[in-house]
Amino acid sequence: MYMDNVILEMKDIHKSFPGVYALNGVNLDLIQGEVHALLGENGAGKSTLIKVLAGIHSVDKGEVFINGAKCRIDNVQDSQKHGISVIHQELCLVPNMTVTENIFLGREIYKAGFLDKRSMHIKAQNLFDSLQLNIKVDVKVSSLSVAQQQMVEIAKALLVDSAIIVMDEPTSSLTEKEVEMLFKTIRELKAKNISVIYISHKLEELFQITDRVTVLRDGKYIGTKITKNTTKDELISMMVGRELTEYYTKSKHDFGDVILKVENLSKANVLDNISFNLRKGEILGISGLVGAGRTELARAIFGIDRFDSGTVTLEGKVMKIKSPKEAMDSGIALVPENRKEQGMFSIKSVSYNITLLVLDKFIKMAKVHNNLEEQITDEYVQKLSIKTPSNEQPVGNLSGGNQQKTVIAKWLATMPKVLILDEPTRGVDVGAKAEIYSIMSMLAEQGVGIIMISSELPEIINMSDRVLVMNKGRITGILEREELSQERIMQYATGGIKDEH
Amino acid sequence: MSTKVEKICSNDLRYRNGVLNSVYIYFKENLGILIGLLSMCIILSVLSPAFATTENILNVLRQVSTNANLAFGMTFAIIITGIDLSVGSILAVSGTVAAGLIARNGLPLWMAVTVGILVGTFLGFINGFIVARTGMPYFIATLAMMQIARGAAYIYTNGMPIRTDSPAFTALGNGYLGPVPLPIIYSTVFLIGTSILLNKTKFGRHVYAVGGNRDAAIFSGINIKKIEILVFTLIGFLCGVSGVVLCARMSSGQPTVGVGFELDAIAAVILGGTSFAGGIGKIGGTMIGVLVIGVLNNGLNLLNINSFWQLVAKGLVILLAVYVDILKKKKKK
Repeated sequence: MYMDNVILEMKDIHKSFPGVYALNGVNLDLIQGEVHALLGENGAGKSTLIKVLAGIHSVDKGEVFINGAKCRIDNVQDSQKHGISVIHQELCLVPNMTVTENIFLGREIYKAGFLDKRSMHIKAQNLFDSLQLNIKVDVKVSSLSVAQQQMVEIAKALLVDSAIIVMDEPTSSLTEKEVEMLFKTIRELKAKNISVIYISHKLEELFQITDRVTVLRDGKYIGTKITKNTTKDELISMMVGRELTEYYTKSKHDFGDVILKVENLSKANVLDNISFNLRKGEILGISGLVGAGRTELARAIFGIDRFDSGTVTLEGKVMKIKSPKEAMDSGIALVPENRKEQGMFSIKSVSYNITLLVLDKFIKMAKVHNNLEEQITDEYVQKLSIKTPSNEQPVGNLSGGNQQKTVIAKWLATMPKVLILDEPTRGVDVGAKAEIYSIMSMLAEQGVGIIMISSELPEIINMSDRVLVMNKGRITGILEREELSQERIMQYATGGIKDEH
Repeated sequence: MSTKVEKICSNDLRYRNGVLNSVYIYFKENLGILIGLLSMCIILSVLSPAFATTENILNVLRQVSTNANLAFGMTFAIIITGIDLSVGSILAVSGTVAAGLIARNGLPLWMAVTVGILVGTFLGFINGFIVARTGMPYFIATLAMMQIARGAAYIYTNGMPIRTDSPAFTALGNGYLGPVPLPIIYSTVFLIGTSILLNKTKFGRHVYAVGGNRDAAIFSGINIKKIEILVFTLIGFLCGVSGVVLCARMSSGQPTVGVGFELDAIAAVILGGTSFAGGIGKIGGTMIGVLVIGVLNNGLNLLNINSFWQLVAKGLVILLAVYVDILKKKKKK
């Protein structure tokens, strides 16, 4: 029924890199005005396929048709000429330039040899107006939120009359509310008959926004489904090639004594009188919108940032936390939200990363006991089933999920009593996500107190024993497991209700 | 649901056969530059009969000893994504102070030498302290120190060399241990010492961490400021020793000594495979870089090639070596 308005068709695409068959006969067809999801675990070939489309990689074999005509995409310019715009996960904007300057970068309008700032300004403003977005075009991009910056990228794509916009994990660092805004914009794009290729790990989203889903696995084409005719379970089994029986592992056990007690923690303009308890074996979820102060709270407890007043008590002892070192030594661990920038040493080996915090265990008097180092590494590689060709492999070469597990391993090696996980499954594929949940359960069962900060509500609801909701640096509600629902959390997160707790 | 961990080389040879394997890895990691060094030596042996003599080889090694000491320190700085432009100037201050204390103040040898080295160490510490405390870029802080220390050397000496005729002092630079000139012995000690420091200690691992990913290092509870201060203090110490030894060799404290030494040290570090992006680099590689520069200078001298051409040749070698490195990395990707 759609056959007449297929805008893009990729047929039997093959691409290999030394040692890896990245794409092995992949197909994709895109209909004008549809939102088409590209789904697959990390390493499934989504990025490679997109890079082929963007002209970054050339294909070994296969054909690309645009509007029914066969064409070659040899470089980025070719791709743009064919009306394809790619919005990468790492946004490509110049922070110190204004929105208008960014949109017109490389295609400025001139009048009599000088920049015609006025018409650029008007054109830019019109673009945002047509998307019904409230963004001022004369502010610097650096002052915008990530979500707004994405909108700038979209506007940039519209300026060149793109017919196809590719979004690579656009929601990975957005809050629920911002995701709504993005979806609204995507619907606007649809209304303009623009096709969107939407890459995401978050299955819930696909059902909200996409028309069809194409699943890849290990570089192979698995199939294309009409979104409303499929189910989450079907997509997951297509992605992982097996039935995923238990996605969220949650062990049932009793909690121990209070291990961490935070009282009246305040920091000007960031944290406002935060108090809560964490018990041994408990998973405490922290929910809230971006900017609610969740990460800041974690950073304060861990000693990255100073706080103005309040106390943190660990096992009955008031802690003096001046730097992460003290927090670490007393048994607190923090897996930061930003794996690549804050968590791991990409160029260094798995072994280096895992053992970095426990060097004293095997380096003595200027002598490295390699066997011990290897033992510690092996232990955690096995415990967390980190998939790596060897312990000497640079972590940067592993998949996102295995990178994250390596960062978690680094902290588990210190045998923490309190483990703070900030967005533990961001940018991690479904299989690894489930594994991380089961690791969390295992740790909780062993009596570790876990604080999990997350923007993904399903994760918060399914994994937490209690949830602390924050808004503008304050705790607006503490919900017990029985009372958890997306709606209630969102109400508290947006500051809708004051809580009596 | 967890997949079995696949490990291709668990328990690999490296850990059973420590020494042999580290030699193997050393050759593998530095293959390109080693082939370069070797072919240079072979060509020079053919072209000049004077090259492959024990005398000349010891001569080359002695000539490179100062650059070696500075380059070992520079390796640490570059691994933490830093740089130290002040090494040549600090070296000059240390040397002139040692010479001055002997010639002018009649201090005993050991005391003058110790103070000279301490002055260098202290100036290095100041570099580190400024960088750690203010967050000033390494380039700027050490550029300032380069000027300040050079100025201090001129002020202290009134711009004139300070001569010392203390034979004991001179012997520190011109003496021998058996057939081997003392400066070579010092550098060998530093080669081993800094290698151990970088590879076998917690400090070394932390140095790589700070260079590999600063933020991750902070989140890992590593005291970055401490590492910075220690690195620059170490460099200051190495400059101090080198300055005193060089001054002893020349029997005089010269305020002009060491101009441009920082560039030779940086060149050697880069030739040795240390990455400007940080987190990667080895003392062993730097040593090869030092030798490449040393052999190149020596060879061109032996072949009676105008010394101006030596500069051109050095520049070309750097371009070539780094280009080969870039090609290698591209191929890997």
